[in-house]
Amino acid sequence: MAVESQYKWTMVVDIDRCTGCQACVVACQAENNIALNDEESFLRRRAMEWIRIERYWEGEYPNIKARFIPVLCQQCENAPCEPVCPVYATHHNEEGLNVQVYPRCVGVRFCANNCPYQVRFFNWWEPVWPESLRNYLNPDVTVRSRGIMEKCMFCVQRIRRGQRVAAREGRLVRDGEVLPACVQACPTNALVFGNVKDPQSRASRLMAHPRGYRLLKETGTGPNVLYLKKVDPEFHG
Amino acid sequence: MEARERLTEAQINEDLLGPTLRTPRWFWPVAGFLASVVLAGAVSFGLMINRGLGLTGLNRPVMWGAFITTFVFWVGISHAGVMISSILRLAQAEWRRPVTRAAELLTVFALSTAALFPLIHVGRPWRLMYWFLPYDFPRMVWPNVRSPLIWDPAAIFTYLTGASLFVFIALLPDFALARDRTRGWRHKLYSVVSLGFRGSLRQWKLQAIAGILLSALILPVFVSVHSIVSWDFAVAMSVEGWHATIFAPYFVIGAVHSGVAAVVTIMALMLWLFGWKRYIRSEHFDSLGKLELAVGIGWFYFFFLEFVFGMVSLEGAELALKDMQMFQWPWSLLFGIFIVTAFFIPIPLWMFRRVRRSILAMFLISISVNIGMWFERFLIIVPGLARKQPFAFTWGSYAPQPVELIIVAASFALVLLGLLLFTRLFPPIPIYDMKEGQVLHKDIKVGRSTVPGIARE
Repeated sequence: MAVESQYKWTMVVDIDRCTGCQACVVACQAENNIALNDEESFLRRRAMEWIRIERYWEGEYPNIKARFIPVLCQQCENAPCEPVCPVYATHHNEEGLNVQVYPRCVGVRFCANNCPYQVRFFNWWEPVWPESLRNYLNPDVTVRSRGIMEKCMFCVQRIRRGQRVAAREGRLVRDGEVLPACVQACPTNALVFGNVKDPQSRASRLMAHPRGYRLLKETGTGPNVLYLKKVDPEFHG
Repeated sequence: MEARERLTEAQINEDLLGPTLRTPRWFWPVAGFLASVVLAGAVSFGLMINRGLGLTGLNRPVMWGAFITTFVFWVGISHAGVMISSILRLAQAEWRRPVTRAAELLTVFALSTAALFPLIHVGRPWRLMYWFLPYDFPRMVWPNVRSPLIWDPAAIFTYLTGASLFVFIALLPDFALARDRTRGWRHKLYSVVSLGFRGSLRQWKLQAIAGILLSALILPVFVSVHSIVSWDFAVAMSVEGWHATIFAPYFVIGAVHSGVAAVVTIMALMLWLFGWKRYIRSEHFDSLGKLELAVGIGWFYFFFLEFVFGMVSLEGAELALKDMQMFQWPWSLLFGIFIVTAFFIPIPLWMFRRVRRSILAMFLISISVNIGMWFERFLIIVPGLARKQPFAFTWGSYAPQPVELIIVAASFALVLLGLLLFTRLFPPIPIYDMKEGQVLHKDIKVGRSTVPGIARE
């Protein structure tokens, strides 16, 4: 059954370029019909942000720096969330994406417990949009109901659309033709998205970058997202 | 060992069957109160279905909370039944006789209540058909057998089937007894459930063989059920505090610790409510106390090992987690309650014969143990999730909300109500077993008095 796909999607996050502006967060929110976060959802730690900017303070006063790191689903090769789901609501597809099948999800939340990156989001309430925002919902993306888990899938709806267009023209998707919303919105080009099976893609060429590292690599999850370390002469001389 | 009177069979029948056939005056108010608590729990569950799990205190790092804690708690309590009836039966401990049915019933009701909790806890209980109800055959999508949440229902339903059969086999002679002494609808009911038991030699033989076979067959299930429940946590490699190989034996012995304590609670309640002074005696509490002492110390050994294993690795995250569980507010308070009520109160007290023989003391201690054991499960589940990885940005905390507390309280009411309603229909002390004990026990001369021997030769 398994057909070798010609795609394996990956993302490269250059921390050195990230300014922490949260444009990616907003773009993702709009693209993926993510429920609106209010003050209460942040205070109760239930905010939904498929990509989030984590901010850390480094150093001692007065020599203190704010550090930003965008965290999104790492689309792990050996994803800990997948084997624990009793109903196969989450699985790995042939393009290296960790996808969530919303209609199957019963909401046991084991996957979220077993995710070291905490990038799985549970719908604690039925999501509601004010009347004025209803027409902004993306018709390509399911609106999730209460009681299920949702997560980043590298804007799979955009990938599928790009592949349909390419298939009509009898070719593969070109590098940069398909971009997830966060990558498209990033003003500093800190996020690079691409197909690692295409050796010429920008993402492929960054794979061997000397500043590259994987998040929580020691947990053995085999993350698919590559991070590029911050260049900081003040700190690392 | 104290001297006790010889009871006639008629006396035993009257004493043990009486409360079942005649409803005591306190019964309906108590049952009504328990039913109203259960109803409150059902309403809370309905509200959660209607509004969403946002009504609970759960959040992003802490996705499992009071419901799963209570699930583990009740599965733990359910280990009493097999411990008491199967192991003690195979070991031929004579003192088990009046205790067995109470323990088995507790197993059945606690396990059924535990099985409700995953359903209450999930986000979409109406989609459970994908989980363990009829599988999604038309689309050939099967449940994921790699998930501990599939092992769980398998283990629990196996245990529930075994335990129910166990209770039923032991009830057969008592059903027949009740059938012959009742009229009207009760007679009809007992006629059906006694399956034509007439007390012929062959029937007794089959009943005894079935009992012994089930005792032996249920033992592996007994070990596996709580091991599998522990794997709900132990296979979660991303949660620092859960990912421990010692969890399976640690959970099993913890389950026996809480389960036997719960049997003591139920025994004391039965004694007080039905006045069975001649059947449930201080020597039974004494023996249960000794058993508890051994189990409690064994459990503490595993608890201690779990801590040591966490610390010898000198991993920063593991050490930080242990530090949080023990010394950081408010976990330190819960930890204090847990270790004092589950270990430092009961173990030293059980060492004294006078305490073991005092029914009130044993009752209070057994409740203390179970308070502690609930907090133990809470402390295993929640702090590990609250800080599961070094990224402090996503750390969180958790406090149960009213719906959760009501449903947890309702689960206690449900178990008690189940036991209470059971006593209306069926005798909670095995009558035939008591008679067998009367026939089989050897009298031992101690000085001037004659006492019943506790072990059978």
